[in-house]
Amino acid sequence: MRVKVDQPKCVASGQCVLAAPAVFDQDDDGIVRILVDRPEAAHHEDVKESVAVCPAAAIWVEEEE
Amino acid sequence: MTETVTTTATTPTPHPEFPMARASGCPFDPPPALREQRNGEPVSRVRLWDGSNPWLITRHDQVRALLGDPRISADPTRPGYPHRDAGAKARAETRQTFITMDDPGHARLRRMVTAPFAIKKVEAMRPAIQKIVDDLLDTMLAAPGPVDLVEAFALPLPSLVICELLGVPYDKHDFFQKHTKVLVRRNGDPQEVIAASEALIDYLQGLLADKLAEPGDDILSDLATKRVATGELTAREAAEMGSLLLAAGHETTANMIALGTVALLQHPDQLALLRDSDDPKLIAATVEELLRYLTIVHSGRLRVALEDIEVGGVTLRAGDGVICATDIANRDPELFADPDRLDLTRDARRHVAFGFGVHQCLGQPLARVELQVVYSTLYRRIPTLALAAGVDELRFKHDGVIYGVYELPVTW
Ligand code: SF4
Repeated sequence: MRVKVDQPKCVASGQCVLAAPAVFDQDDDGIVRILVDRPEAAHHEDVKESVAVCPAAAIWVEEEE
Repeated sequence: MTETVTTTATTPTPHPEFPMARASGCPFDPPPALREQRNGEPVSRVRLWDGSNPWLITRHDQVRALLGDPRISADPTRPGYPHRDAGAKARAETRQTFITMDDPGHARLRRMVTAPFAIKKVEAMRPAIQKIVDDLLDTMLAAPGPVDLVEAFALPLPSLVICELLGVPYDKHDFFQKHTKVLVRRNGDPQEVIAASEALIDYLQGLLADKLAEPGDDILSDLATKRVATGELTAREAAEMGSLLLAAGHETTANMIALGTVALLQHPDQLALLRDSDDPKLIAATVEELLRYLTIVHSGRLRVALEDIEVGGVTLRAGDGVICATDIANRDPELFADPDRLDLTRDARRHVAFGFGVHQCLGQPLARVELQVVYSTLYRRIPTLALAAGVDELRFKHDGVIYGVYELPVTW
């Protein structure tokens, strides 16, 4: 799984950080930052939850082999 | 007669009126007619106070999709926008904050104030919030009961927190609570609504001038020195932004505390779960479930379509008003099993109580921490907390933009 974000879309709601704190963080203005773009399998569910709760469609994942 | 944008062939049956009434004796459930609407025609027209016929959207997936759709506008000055009442309509013409703007203007302004609401910054406030909660409860417990929980606790907490964050002196709280109340009342006299709004803006404009001379570590000082001084914002725009944050920080969290307490006291088995646990996960889940179950923003999210948009087999035309009923969406059985049950152990994180899309509540991380501290402290410190009046005697805010109780007499 590869995690992608589109920072200009982010509205700094912090939902991703709450759902997957190991994968997402926010910069000083609250805008999303990726901590690990290829998270371990153990975090995949959390990442999917982040995608689902992000209000701004600023996060998505690309599946990899 | 107000002319409405009616594009599809209309049936002779009159559209149901919106807002709809809750069932008597059932303070927590959304209006039964709203539920019928969702079960029958989840996308259908309703009739507003001014005779206009916006669309009502009631399914969770459709509400989310629409609120996240850039083809929809939150700008109340656009023709077709479904104004809540005459007061809100009048006010919309006098003031524009980022919640009533579309991108890119919305994003530009919102980003000026996102920093203090980042998760880590808000987490760092948790001890200070805990201290405020403890102090307020000490004072409350020192008084002979019964006390009004709204006045003694539910309102002062968010008020103290948002004042601190903005750099507004809390001793003025009577002044801004009075004006905020006018703004969240439905069907207020338009002139009174504008006067209240202007009074707040004037006050904040004065405060911004003070901050420019003597900045502190707070949002208003930041706006004054980094935005107004540089010409990025006019003093009035900064004051409008400040008044939005001040008002939004007050009524929402306060009502979640008071109404949440009524709900928990009416569900003793759930309250016992919470009281007996110190698991931060259960406490966080409690907050999400109460947000879902109560959805205190019960007047819907108001929008207007910019283009033709297809939703569930219905075409909303450009210029049609749209009301996304987040309260009934949060009771959608497609997403939440047995949705009318308050269940603190369920995963309610996908609720839309804070809205969805780019306008989703800016203050939600702060609201979450405040509510987590409250719900994990109040009932443990006062295990015998009880209503000092019957539920049927409480005055619920049926007439408010934000649902809750006007007073909450409690004993222990
Ligand atoms: S959930 Fe989405 S909008 Fe919110 S901070 Fe994360 S990326 Fe940004």
